[in-house]
Amino acid sequence: MSSDSSRVGLKPLLIYGYGNPGRQDDGVGVALAEELEAWARAEGISGLAFDSNYQLNAEDALAVAEARAVVFVDAARGGAEPFAFKRLEPRGEIGFSTHAMSPESVLALAGELYGARPPAWLLAIRGESWEPNEPPTAAALSHLAAAREFLREWLRQEPLGCPDSLPGQPM
Amino acid sequence: MTRKIVIDPVTRVEGHGRVTIQLDDEGNVSQSRLHIVEFRGFERFVQGRPYWEAPVLVQRLCGICPVSHHLAAAKAMDVVVGAGTGDGLTPTAEKIRRLMHYGQIFQSHSLHFFHLASPDLLFGYDAAPETRNVIGVAMANRELATQAVLMRKYGQEVIAATAGKKIHGTGAIPGGVNKSLTPEERDALLLGGGGPLNADHMVEWSQGALAFFKDYYRQHREFIDGFSRFPSNHLSLVRRDGALDLYHGVLRAVDADGKRILDDVDPQDYLDHFREEVKPWSFMKFPYLKKLGPEKGWYRVGPLARLNTADFIPTPLAQAEFEAYKAATGGKPNDRCMHTHWARLIEVLHAAECMRDLLNDPDILGGDLTVKGARQAVGVGLLEAPRGTLFHHYRVGDDDLIRMANLIVSTTHNNEPMNRAVNHVARAMLTGVKDITEGMLNAVEVAIRAYDPCLSCATHAYGQMPLEVTLLDAAGAVVDRRRKSAGVRRT
Repeated sequence: MSSDSSRVGLKPLLIYGYGNPGRQDDGVGVALAEELEAWARAEGISGLAFDSNYQLNAEDALAVAEARAVVFVDAARGGAEPFAFKRLEPRGEIGFSTHAMSPESVLALAGELYGARPPAWLLAIRGESWEPNEPPTAAALSHLAAAREFLREWLRQEPLGCPDSLPGQPM
Repeated sequence: MTRKIVIDPVTRVEGHGRVTIQLDDEGNVSQSRLHIVEFRGFERFVQGRPYWEAPVLVQRLCGICPVSHHLAAAKAMDVVVGAGTGDGLTPTAEKIRRLMHYGQIFQSHSLHFFHLASPDLLFGYDAAPETRNVIGVAMANRELATQAVLMRKYGQEVIAATAGKKIHGTGAIPGGVNKSLTPEERDALLLGGGGPLNADHMVEWSQGALAFFKDYYRQHREFIDGFSRFPSNHLSLVRRDGALDLYHGVLRAVDADGKRILDDVDPQDYLDHFREEVKPWSFMKFPYLKKLGPEKGWYRVGPLARLNTADFIPTPLAQAEFEAYKAATGGKPNDRCMHTHWARLIEVLHAAECMRDLLNDPDILGGDLTVKGARQAVGVGLLEAPRGTLFHHYRVGDDDLIRMANLIVSTTHNNEPMNRAVNHVARAMLTGVKDITEGMLNAVEVAIRAYDPCLSCATHAYGQMPLEVTLLDAAGAVVDRRRKSAGVRRT
């Protein structure tokens, strides 16, 4: 990944962090997206796009359709520490609430509406507490730091213009 | 053997809810209840915080409707800083706040209709759950689904431009706003830069959504008119001249015959007219009108209620639709649950017209943003949120710290009506039936979804929100149980 001019015209790789920063560790996804955006700007790295919101929803199918690949970043109540990184597949499922859609269903909607099927991953950062406080817990911040270093390294390895061969093995 | 059927949580409704239906030995519905699992303690959380933080703090309550809380808290703090009780802001400040609010109404209502309600309308509540969702809508009616996505995006763009950002917006502050629009921001929303996201398209698509519903209504009149229909009182804010006003007004309540029970009540005086009852089986309270008592004083809020209390809509296209809507009930108050969707779409059109008018108003580019006057100790801010009337009430000490907060959210007002809706449908669908199908259970949820309840889904971290369906016998022993997590295909 670089500022190579041959990348001009390529769709960006979208990093989308979501969650409620007012609920302690629920905000780590948003925090990581914002940190990486600042890092990319400082390093002059092109080819990336960033977005964040409280939760994923139907209009995010449009953002997905405009990306060559997507990394969703969210907090996780369980699962691996400090984080899990897994490849996602579109899934036309019914979630518990369609006011907040899962990343898999957003991918399915992007495919259905726009014919777009970019490769996608979920970076699920383990959280510990969800009270209406800020900032995140010390444990979650430690997990966030590990996730940040992982994703920076993963992004540095991304081959130029070859979205089908993006690296990243499930953990 | 008496059976208890539990739907937990209600699908396609924010947050956590659990429906319990009790059947007696003959298979008749003897009791049904909607249990709300909501976040508790927020009022205590804001105590001790500086009053100027309230409009941002309260957005932690809910990631679904943060703008409603942001604006209601700001309105309450307007009173505290001496900016008046709703009519005292600068023209720019009021119009920016209204634009923000209409953006919220527009995107919330669009989402609800297209992604929560339309699966049931398009496929019927007996359809397979794998189809009865937004992906199914996209496959069956791509144009409808595509427009819905763009309408949502437009509303979000309006919010981002007026609140300053998508998450924890800071646009509304005590006494006014901290930014107006730049000409570039205004043009992007009004004209869309040549793309589809412009104000005219939003009006046009809102009309298209109404045409879709009215066509559906013509073909399914019996279902739409008859499903979960029961009389009630209705409450909302209205403008002083009786117009629909989603941002500010006076309190009005009407009974099932349209007679005014409450009228021209200043929001600052709400405590004189409302009480909240606590019931042992629910975490959520049951508000009621004091003069009628808990048994008769419950009421609906939200789109159905608003179009029952308002005399007219002050935007021409929505007014024309309002007249057609009123004609369906001969001008009488509308007590038909599924007409809520119709009312909601009329509000979508009204919001689209309001946004277009405001974007053409030079005041939204103005520089006069705040007012202040004599400091007050108490402030009340009421707002018509997408789901209904939202109450924010604060007391602030001389040290500028919040001493007391009382919030009554829209879904709490609708607690009793939703319980009655569950009971009404459960009795109609489940009495005397030996085999309970998923479609029957979904019919109960259809009734609840019409109220678009927001059950404080403030966190959604991956892997949470289990769905549990529990069947209990009369002794409380588990007969059957189903579990479902968010993101798992239902089987």
